[in-house]
Amino acid sequence: MIEVLYFAWVRERIGLARETVETSAATPAALVAELAAREPRYAAAFADTSALRVALDQTLASFDAPLAGVREVAFFPPMTGG
Amino acid sequence: MRVQVQTAPFDPATELAGFARGRHDIGATVSFTGLVRDDTGQLVALDIEHYPGMTEAAITAMVDEAVARWQLVDCRVIHRFGHLTPGEPIMMVATAARHRAEAFAAAEFLMDYLKSRAPFWKKEITDQGGDWVKAKDSDEDALTRW
Repeated sequence: MIEVLYFAWVRERIGLARETVETSAATPAALVAELAAREPRYAAAFADTSALRVALDQTLASFDAPLAGVREVAFFPPMTGG
Repeated sequence: MRVQVQTAPFDPATELAGFARGRHDIGATVSFTGLVRDDTGQLVALDIEHYPGMTEAAITAMVDEAVARWQLVDCRVIHRFGHLTPGEPIMMVATAARHRAEAFAAAEFLMDYLKSRAPFWKKEITDQGGDWVKAKDSDEDALTRW
């Protein structure tokens, strides 16, 4: 079980801010593939992962980082702070 | 060193009034305030979303790095989220160092990192609806100088 969080337009496209996901995905990329296969709204949100960023337990990571032991995964567009 | 992530408006002058006051080892302070800018005359508001928890941790890590690299004596960051209207302050960075070069460099470093490494997302609200602000390549490129 892993907590998956979505922000900004990713959240809007999927229609959820967070959910608990049962997965054995080894990487965020594998998790994205699982989620995108669920429903068109997920496929739409994850159509281009080069336009997305991922954080594992609140630290920026790459899509091929290991998910083992991670409790919280977040997907979001590039940040626009400042 | 203090990091504040808040919805409440703030007054930069009030926030700076006590900054670095009463210290004799500070030769320079630099402050920057970012405001909600309306380029088209159509902007009703800026809605800023953030990632509670990660935001504070990411900014604190940036501040720690700035303090170490430029030997800052003090440093403050305030960044708002929620519903902001044109002209309102969004964020403020203040640095205090022995010399101005360090104070300026640290402030610029923090502004560059806040722009593309702090988990905030801006949405521009007009009468026509809302548009997520797109990150600029130039913002990402700005990080390479550090």
